[in-house]
Amino acid sequence: MSRAPAKPAKPKPDGKRLNIGAVRSSFAPWNDPNAVPLVRFEGVTKRFGTQTAVDDVSLDIYPGEFFALLGPSGCGKTTLMRMLAGFETPDAGRITLDGKDLAGVPPHQRPVNMMFQSYALFPHLTVEQNIAFGLKQEGLPRGEIAARVAEMLDLVKLTPFAKRKPDQLSGGQKQRVALARAVARKPKMLLLDEPLGALDKKLREETQFELMDLQVELGVTFLIVTHDQEEAMVMADRIAVMREGKTVQVARPEEIYETPASRYVAEFLGDVNLFETLVDAIEHPMAHLRTPEAQAGFYVLDDDCPAPGATVWLAVRPEKMTISLDPPPAGTRNVLAGEIWDIGYTGDWTNYIVELPGGRLVRVARANSRRFVERPIGWDDKVWVSFDPDAGVVLTS
Amino acid sequence: MNRPRSRAVILPALWLGVLFAFPFLLVLKLSLSDTALAIPPYAPQIVWTDGLDGLKRFVAGLDFEMYARLTSDRLYFDAYVSSLKFAATGTILALLVGYPMAYGMARCRPGVRDILLMLVILPFWTSFLIRVYAWVGILKPAGLLNAFLGLLGLDPVTLLYTPTAVQIGLVYSYLPFMVLPLYAALERMDHTLLEAAADLGSPPWKSFWQITWPLSIPGVVAGCLLCFIPMVGEFVIPDLLGGPGSLMIGRSIWMEFFANRDWPFASAVAIILLITLVVPIVLYQRQQARALEAGR
Repeated sequence: MSRAPAKPAKPKPDGKRLNIGAVRSSFAPWNDPNAVPLVRFEGVTKRFGTQTAVDDVSLDIYPGEFFALLGPSGCGKTTLMRMLAGFETPDAGRITLDGKDLAGVPPHQRPVNMMFQSYALFPHLTVEQNIAFGLKQEGLPRGEIAARVAEMLDLVKLTPFAKRKPDQLSGGQKQRVALARAVARKPKMLLLDEPLGALDKKLREETQFELMDLQVELGVTFLIVTHDQEEAMVMADRIAVMREGKTVQVARPEEIYETPASRYVAEFLGDVNLFETLVDAIEHPMAHLRTPEAQAGFYVLDDDCPAPGATVWLAVRPEKMTISLDPPPAGTRNVLAGEIWDIGYTGDWTNYIVELPGGRLVRVARANSRRFVERPIGWDDKVWVSFDPDAGVVLTS
Repeated sequence: MNRPRSRAVILPALWLGVLFAFPFLLVLKLSLSDTALAIPPYAPQIVWTDGLDGLKRFVAGLDFEMYARLTSDRLYFDAYVSSLKFAATGTILALLVGYPMAYGMARCRPGVRDILLMLVILPFWTSFLIRVYAWVGILKPAGLLNAFLGLLGLDPVTLLYTPTAVQIGLVYSYLPFMVLPLYAALERMDHTLLEAAADLGSPPWKSFWQITWPLSIPGVVAGCLLCFIPMVGEFVIPDLLGGPGSLMIGRSIWMEFFANRDWPFASAVAIILLITLVVPIVLYQRQQARALEAGR
């Protein structure tokens, strides 16, 4: 198969700093019925013994996309990626790349490259030789290899370390060698298996942005496997949330966060307060939900709300609730009275855990936008928690 | 902090001193002495009652006569060369047989792997001498091998008391010493490295030469030296399986000590053998030290 670089689907902005946000907003090939996906998983299933690791997964990944497979360990995300790389064979379904079925194509003939979680750097080769490895396999002329290696070293800022062996590098440097080695062959798609897992928090954040810049710069499609929701949210164009071998939701990060498809997704990404409620009445544009946790019930927007009588869950994110020491003005909807049970101060945010009269705990987050507060909320204070009708999401599963 | 460590060194130092350095000095002294028709059959000996004078007379009596004799007789030079040839060929053959074995073992499931590992070590449960004798039974003119060839309708072969028999015996006896270090090196190798190589476009056979082989070099070096060093001085195998044509230095030493009762000359032969082997031994030690360094 040819290894011609994929046409950058995202426009390359001029200037030094790449404005990811602006590029992102206009990039949505999955909404375009004429867009041709680069990779298609069609009903892919993989079993290990009696265990089904990947269960009938269908996914389309478009050229130039930064796609994340997100889920807890053992959800099948790594297996799915390994099937694309050719290290596992699907038991059912098919995987196509550029319209060609990958079945029977051995890993060394697939035009994708993978960055391994453990980096898998060759310990007996120098940084330079590691990066050159893939180019050597193609039988490129020496000069061309050297030029490409130099280019890659420059890209990951490791030129002074070219002659070192992997065990003489720090974790962050190893990660960059692994990255350079994987992109040196200009793959159609780069697979990243927990690429930031072994880095410390600060380095991880920096590297996230570096990876995003790199992706736009190279115009390569990225598929990343991660269990870290923040990582997926920051970097990916789209996220597939996986659970027990199935994809439960595939959407943009903000869609997944703000309109999760199920309680599982809502709880997996970020914090959420879930209330089990009964649909009482639909009074367009509002729906009234009955719950033992609030006497007046909840009023929410009636989009996607099932007919009265159905049991639904109302999901409200902590940062979409307001907390105050004074009762809200009369007529305010969705008010809960309770007592502070715990306070978690993280600097930028404060998390309040409020105990409702029935013993139920509700989590409220408040941004600390001021350095000093006249009346800080303290332990055992009586507080009122409220949220707008459009703050909550009605979930049926 | 340093005290307990320095005390811990005493035991190995004592071990080396009593079981290596002291016997070595004895042999060295013997090799510088002259043959004498007495028991022990060499001179001079230190006469302790004469005090310092006795010691002086003793030192004056030492000479390099035995070494001179060694160089004047081609037989011994030939025996050294032939020993080195036997050992080198045996080591290479053991590597060719042992590498695929170790490779196969390292790629097995852990359960199967343990069984195979035990099978490699199992021969050590019987005496070395018996195992070599067993080969006499296999290789002799009316032995198992010829019986088997007869069943296949093939002509019998003469192997016993030939250099080939010695070579077979060497490879058979030292194979575990080749397989074990190779296995250790191959088993330690991270399998994802091969996946990474495949991912980067290397077909499996190329990955072997580019990744597996270079990473197993420490095992190859260790295995080869562990086989080569004892093979050079091997005495039992050429004695039992080899004929007069299979000249090996271990057998010469035995002959000089026990048949000719020429202790000083036998010692000189042994000392030269040791010097010949110092180079590979030092190589082995350095390689081990480096492997230890890399393993940390």
